[in-house]
Amino acid sequence: MTVFRNMINWLHERLEWDDLIKLLRKKTVPRHRLSYWYFLGGITLFLFVIQVLTGILLLLYYQPGANEAFESVQYIMTKVQFGWLIRSIHSWSANLMIFTAFSHMFSVLFLKAYRKPRELTWISGVILLVLAMGFGFSGYLLPWNTLAFFATKVGTDMAGQVPLIGHPIMIFLRGGEEVTGATLTRFFGFHVAVLPAVTTLLLLVHLLLVQRQGMSVPPKVEAEWAANPSARREIKFFPNFVLRELMAWYVGLGALGALAALFPWNLGVKADLFASAPAGIKPEWYFLFMFQTLKLVPSKVWFIDGEVLGILAFGLIGLIWLLLPFFESDRVARSKQWITGLSVFALAYVIAMSVYGYLAK
Amino acid sequence: MGAYEPGMANMNRPLAKPIPRRGFVELLLGGGFLATAAAFIYPVLRYFVPPETANLGGGSVVAGKVGELKPNSGKIFPFGSRPGLLIHTASGEYLAMSAVCTHLSCTVQYRPDLNEVWCACHNGKYSVDGRNISGPPPRPLETYEVQVRGDEIFVSRRLEG
Repeated sequence: MTVFRNMINWLHERLEWDDLIKLLRKKTVPRHRLSYWYFLGGITLFLFVIQVLTGILLLLYYQPGANEAFESVQYIMTKVQFGWLIRSIHSWSANLMIFTAFSHMFSVLFLKAYRKPRELTWISGVILLVLAMGFGFSGYLLPWNTLAFFATKVGTDMAGQVPLIGHPIMIFLRGGEEVTGATLTRFFGFHVAVLPAVTTLLLLVHLLLVQRQGMSVPPKVEAEWAANPSARREIKFFPNFVLRELMAWYVGLGALGALAALFPWNLGVKADLFASAPAGIKPEWYFLFMFQTLKLVPSKVWFIDGEVLGILAFGLIGLIWLLLPFFESDRVARSKQWITGLSVFALAYVIAMSVYGYLAK
Repeated sequence: MGAYEPGMANMNRPLAKPIPRRGFVELLLGGGFLATAAAFIYPVLRYFVPPETANLGGGSVVAGKVGELKPNSGKIFPFGSRPGLLIHTASGEYLAMSAVCTHLSCTVQYRPDLNEVWCACHNGKYSVDGRNISGPPPRPLETYEVQVRGDEIFVSRRLEG
């Protein structure tokens, strides 16, 4: 114990972190009946860290390439000790991370935390969600199984539908006209190098903004506090909030370990470039609402292709979504209603279409 | 100064005197965290250990065909996952041994001009029956059993004892 204390003292003489700790102790987090929603962002961050760690572990055995990828994942699942567990945690954590990121986004919308001065936090968050979906899309192909192969074919084909820039984008994504081993090589590069680098940078920006501006208080709670100042509650960021957050992570880790151990992710059948698509093929659940919408759009709307129209519509909605904070005017009473209404509608639409897509044949 | 322990969440509450119950709870909490950490670190440590390769050269392999090698020459053949060296001596005898130098694991070769096995990395030399005779190699090369059946030359590991 004294050795440990001496080491701490040695470091402290050099780094002098007292003012830093003082700053952390001064920082507070508002506490109210809705403050549990604050944990969702932290849990998403935790799952991202899990993704980085398990991803590095998978890299010890994974081999990209049309002839090796499937076999190497099979090797990880069957031969490497606890390989099945590591891969299952990676897959489960990926899916849970998308889920918590979506939940985080909608909680921010409903608690109105995107408003001035937090527009940049919102924008960086929406881009991070898109990056997370990019992680999902590129990572899904890496085991090189049939489902992944067709999901990638359809997904990149959709990108190709965009007028003018679509085709070059598709060629860039596929590394050629078709989905082949060249696509796998690219997706591997995106998944383990490009996306992690961009995401880490943007994540730092996102977290810095959160630290700088502090947690937002929902307008309803703020009004209650203004009417009754003695009801205002705050807790210290350090150690109180940090410890609560750590407990949430601990619970998350337990849930993740249990899910991965009880429901290991399966591998499927190796992709065959010249086989027909199996019946009932669907994308990952977080793409289902878009997939199902595109299925419902008629093949021709007036003179435009239905597919093109659907994709352009999603692009436009995405752009509006990204810029949502700027549509909120300062006259709070006027605008807050329609953005909340839109959020409720969006959430209902995403859930309904996902369920419909899941159940549809 | 010291480590920040979980109990510090309540540090702003005045403590009259130390309560043993608190120590017990901290022990329980700390023990729980340690157990969880162990439960996650153990699989990761096991994961680091690569699985045994299926075949390190236990069985019998065909090293070459009769007539493929001229007298006084040698060739490298795959023996499991490691290279083996097959030598056709000037006297017409077939000899086989591990081609992994016992010094630093380079792959050795047969030198017809010396009638010896030679390692290019550090000039180690072995006799054709695998004995280390000059240079840095500390041990002889493992020699293998050779059987000619029909026109195929079979090489297998010598049985123990």
